[in-house]
Amino acid sequence: MQVKREERYSLRLQVNGKRYEEQVEPRKLLSDFLREDCGLTGTHVGCEHGVCGACTVLVDGRAVRSCLILAIQAEGADITTVEGLAKDGKPHPLQEAFSECHALQCGFCTPGILMSSVEFLQTHADPGKEEIADMLSGHLCRCTGYKGIVEAVQQVADRRKEGEVRESGDPVSICSRTTPTV
Amino acid sequence: METKQIGKPMKRVEDARLTSGQGSFIEDMNPLPHIHHAAILRSPYPHARIKAIRTQVAEEMPGVKGVVTGQDVAACTNPFPVGVTASVHYYSLAVDKVRYVGEPVAVVVAKNRYLAEDALEKIEVEYEPLPAVVEIEQALLPDSPLLHEQVGSNIANHRHFSYGDPDKAFREADVVIKHKFAFPKYSATPVETYGVIASYQSSDDSLTIWSNFHGPFTLQSVMAAALRIDSNRLRILIPKDVGGSYGIKSGVYPYMVLMGVVSKKLGLPVKWIEDRQEHLMASSSGTDRVTWIEAAVKRDGTVTGLRMKMVDSVGAYVRAPEPACLYRTHSNTTGAYRIEHLQMETIAVMTNKSPTGLIRGYGGQQLYFPLERIMQMVATKLGLDPAEVLRINLLGKEEFPYQTPSGGIYDSGDYKSAFDKLIGMVGYEEFRQRQKEARSKGKLLGIGLACIVEPSGSNMGYITVALTPEERSKSLPKSGCAEGATVSIDPMGGISVRISTAPTGQGHETVAAQIVGEVLGVDPCTVKVVAEMDTLTSPWSVASGSYSSRFAPIGSSAVYQAAGKVREKLLRIAADQLGCSPDQLEMKGGKVALRNDPAKQVSLRRLVGSAHWNPQGLPAGTEPGIHETAFYTIPTAQPPDEQDRVNGSAAYGFVADAVVVEVDAATGDVKILNYCTVHDAGVLLNPLIADGQIMGGLAHGLGGALYEELAYDKNGQFLSGSFMDYLCPTATEMPPVTIGHIESPSPLTPLGAKGLGEGNTMSAPVVIANAVADALAEWDVTVDTLPLSPNRVWSWIQQSKKKKEEYA
Ligand code: FES
Ligand code: FES
Repeated sequence: MQVKREERYSLRLQVNGKRYEEQVEPRKLLSDFLREDCGLTGTHVGCEHGVCGACTVLVDGRAVRSCLILAIQAEGADITTVEGLAKDGKPHPLQEAFSECHALQCGFCTPGILMSSVEFLQTHADPGKEEIADMLSGHLCRCTGYKGIVEAVQQVADRRKEGEVRESGDPVSICSRTTPTV
Repeated sequence: METKQIGKPMKRVEDARLTSGQGSFIEDMNPLPHIHHAAILRSPYPHARIKAIRTQVAEEMPGVKGVVTGQDVAACTNPFPVGVTASVHYYSLAVDKVRYVGEPVAVVVAKNRYLAEDALEKIEVEYEPLPAVVEIEQALLPDSPLLHEQVGSNIANHRHFSYGDPDKAFREADVVIKHKFAFPKYSATPVETYGVIASYQSSDDSLTIWSNFHGPFTLQSVMAAALRIDSNRLRILIPKDVGGSYGIKSGVYPYMVLMGVVSKKLGLPVKWIEDRQEHLMASSSGTDRVTWIEAAVKRDGTVTGLRMKMVDSVGAYVRAPEPACLYRTHSNTTGAYRIEHLQMETIAVMTNKSPTGLIRGYGGQQLYFPLERIMQMVATKLGLDPAEVLRINLLGKEEFPYQTPSGGIYDSGDYKSAFDKLIGMVGYEEFRQRQKEARSKGKLLGIGLACIVEPSGSNMGYITVALTPEERSKSLPKSGCAEGATVSIDPMGGISVRISTAPTGQGHETVAAQIVGEVLGVDPCTVKVVAEMDTLTSPWSVASGSYSSRFAPIGSSAVYQAAGKVREKLLRIAADQLGCSPDQLEMKGGKVALRNDPAKQVSLRRLVGSAHWNPQGLPAGTEPGIHETAFYTIPTAQPPDEQDRVNGSAAYGFVADAVVVEVDAATGDVKILNYCTVHDAGVLLNPLIADGQIMGGLAHGLGGALYEELAYDKNGQFLSGSFMDYLCPTATEMPPVTIGHIESPSPLTPLGAKGLGEGNTMSAPVVIANAVADALAEWDVTVDTLPLSPNRVWSWIQQSKKKKEEYA
């Protein structure tokens, strides 16, 4: 696509099942677009250089650092942010597990970690602690020492294995709303 | 419903909003229309004279509303006040000179941040570079370049202290062990950076500032003084959610002042959100410190005296509350040990690095690194086991309350039981066996121990020991650690609590709800806690805020007392209605009933209703409404005495750590195999939150031990400007951690609680260093600086190998 810096680009995409059509500057980051143009401030920005993971959202089902891509690169995409995790007023099992396991303190890193964990659970049927820690190594949390976070993700994985996860917020069903692209 | 709430691992009331993206952090807030965005131009030089700043091109760019420079700031603000006598002029923008890489030089305001950053590139600044001072010892040299010519040296503060008879202790010592230790400069890098929204209103010359600041609110007066504004015209509001701080965000206050000036000059509300690079190079950090330590020791390992010379680098400006890092642990300089003779020299120097300030553990990691290293070196020198040396020196349970030579009053403790528990937990004896076997196979295993006292709830008076008794006597003495809280009940029975502890993730809303729930006999989930601090409407005092682990000993006590006042009032009304005396009544399950005749009862709602809807029916002399505020301080938080003794904290907890490491001699890599930690923080108010705080503090200490450093080259150029260069521990770096507790309730706080959450930040750097030293025992290596990066450890091993070969 060819656009000039000062031109505005008409961007169409879906966020949390809602359609958005907005005029954006081509240089605008997806993170800024979500926060400023969509008003979805649950996606946080901690470094803007791809290390802290706070800005992670799902783009077509994949966990992506929204500070590393431009909004216009998400043309036509189906995006899920932390605001879209609960379904029909019921929290996602990861949201509950994070509270039960005291996996958050200030909560600034939490939205990004939740989104990565959603994708991770979708792609890992029976993860062990080490795999969970590996997945989390793309995120910085300076509050918790990560212990509760590993436990929370493990808890959801274990419960899912035991068939305990309720239909409403099933980590698989939340992602199956989106269609993976190549 | 159970009546006991305090001490339960209740899930946090903060979590629902934070896990669903409904938190409100500073960047999420748009409290006013037409907010414009600020971007800051910063110095690329460590030390340079500013010859000229040209802003015209920038000012004419699209969307730009104006530019503010140091001249504007100097014209309408005063330098920030600070508690030392050296005359250092610190402003929120550089005036005439820049003194560190990243120092703010100009501010651009534009319609959005993208445009503001575009304009930054068009500002031209002419600099004349000057030689920089980087190292602490270099700053002390008489011919060192000067940062602040009018001070005459780079020394911002210098004091000598002597307690007991240190000369005698050293004369009578069997051995004296001494060494020099260097502690590095590092931060805590909260994932949310600094943010400020400022709005000036000319009609009444007032400023409203929103920021993720968390106190200490002594700094409100510092800001008001800098802004030349009456303190009640400087309204500071803290958002409900602050994305972590660990002390670092108290350093946002110069930017609050700066944005106040910018808003006033440009006549617009402005918002500034710091980016990560700015945060790393210029926000705040712990101090780097060089310590020369000497221990006077008896042959059995008893340490009888200490001499310490501690030199902190506070960066380019001594900025309040610095030089407090030097004095925060003054009362507990002798740690967990019975050491009666102490001599200290404390110096704060200014160097061409970013200014320092509060950080989790404040002063503790800098103190315990040399202290606990020297304890291990005592054992090595005398051929004793370090566990024996610690045990022989630890204070006994019967010695509490214990007064330290420098004036600390350790309120309670059972250090030896905690230590024994630790030794059992880590399997110390078995490990020594395992270590021998590993060594025979060429594997380097080591175990480190550390015992530390964790002070909490700082006494406002401690920082005044930076001044001599004569200097102190010229102004009002400072003492106490006052904090306030309000509990009120609305006409329909809804309970709300207002606190001024400015939490940054520690779960104060939850714990306050637990306390009020227990005192008033209601479900804590029905209690609404408002933690958004507002200096015009919240109950606060100078000590308010979130620092020095003061919520458990102090903040929670204020909540407890305010709830107690409400309870007392409700009982008085109930007694009147039930025709009995208040002490015959009990309050639980939303009711007040006669203890001996529970059928005689009245609901809380009805009692509250009486206070609001029918004040005429209240017992004589009772005010209408239910709204009670309490302020709490601790009587032992006295000002320093003539001999410079001061009890710097409300309560003193204890932490004992044992760490097992394996060092790879070929690469220098340090792997932590096991981390055990035993805490005594008195009564735990919420064990779930307590363990979370411990883990977080430990991860931070581990980062300091192994990874984190704000590094500068020898010319003062900054080297750690991104998260690619400044390494924070991630989940894969966390070792297995076992946490143990014992509880020696504080006799001083109403709930018996002491602060916690900073202990392992203080202990982890040294306990890991001790473990590495133990692993490298066969090499001639003294672990005397951090972080223990593979490169550093490998170089030590190489040097020692070389020495051995040369010797052979
Ligand atoms: S903000 Fe995107 S990774 Fe840090
Ligand atoms: S909870 Fe604060 S950074 Fe993770």
